Amino acid sequence: MARLTPYADALGITVEAADGDAPVMRLDFSDGVQGRPGVLHGGAISGLLETAGYALLRGALVQEGRAAAMKPINLTVQFLASGKPHPTFAKARIVKLGRRTANLSVEAWQDDPSRPIASAVMNVMVVEPE
Amino acid sequence: MPPPEPADTAFDPVRAAPFLTARSHNGWLGMLYREHGADWVELELPWRSDLVGEDDRAVLASGPIVSLMDMASGLAIWTRMGSFQPIATLDLRVDYTRAAAPRASVFGRATCYRITRSAAFVHGVAHDGDPADPVARMQGVFMTIKVNPGILPGG
Repeated sequence: MARLTPYADALGITVEAADGDAPVMRLDFSDGVQGRPGVLHGGAISGLLETAGYALLRGALVQEGRAAAMKPINLTVQFLASGKPHPTFAKARIVKLGRRTANLSVEAWQDDPSRPIASAVMNVMVVEPE
Repeated sequence: MPPPEPADTAFDPVRAAPFLTARSHNGWLGMLYREHGADWVELELPWRSDLVGEDDRAVLASGPIVSLMDMASGLAIWTRMGSFQPIATLDLRVDYTRAAAPRASVFGRATCYRITRSAAFVHGVAHDGDPADPVARMQGVFMTIKVNPGILPGG
């Protein structure tokens, strides 16, 4: 497993488990990720979702033998439920990995993976070295 | 239900923003108030080397940009409403239009362009010095219904 970004390390994101090919990311609750008192900040949830997406895509590119750089195109996050002061997990799915772009779907949950607290769609530019 | 606010306590982002950005996640990121208008607020996220998204590029990760735009959006909504009410982010989209300059602070400017009984609509830009040349564009929808904030999504 490649190491996470400096931002992910600073936020406190860790790799919980590899579920099949997709890594499950974990973010423990702390004051640094708190929004309203006792509630996980939506920006921290977004950071967790993106980290899960990039980690999965990086692994898939490595598996295909591609040394491509990943550049964000856009990110849409839906907030489905309030994040409680519990550990939060996220796992991504590659919807499409093409020659120039990748499309990812990511979900975050707390106690029950079938009841996500947020979901995201990410489009990522995949830039092969010249 | 919280008691209705007295009419003379209109929301003032100049006074409220330092309080709201001083603690928890926003405080950890180090957000600062910059300026505002009748329906918009601009915050600054100063450069910090441990918030980069890639080891080899001195550019802030996109997670902190989402947090910045989320807070600027909330402040813009309360500024346009003229009062502080519980709101929750429902949907937030960020398009990254170009890479920020290395080691640049990023400024998040959000405008609340429409408020209905139950929703507030925002758009905005993130820029690294010139709002006319943004590094990202943002579009978001927030819920404005007054219920127990503990059951609202977002943060």
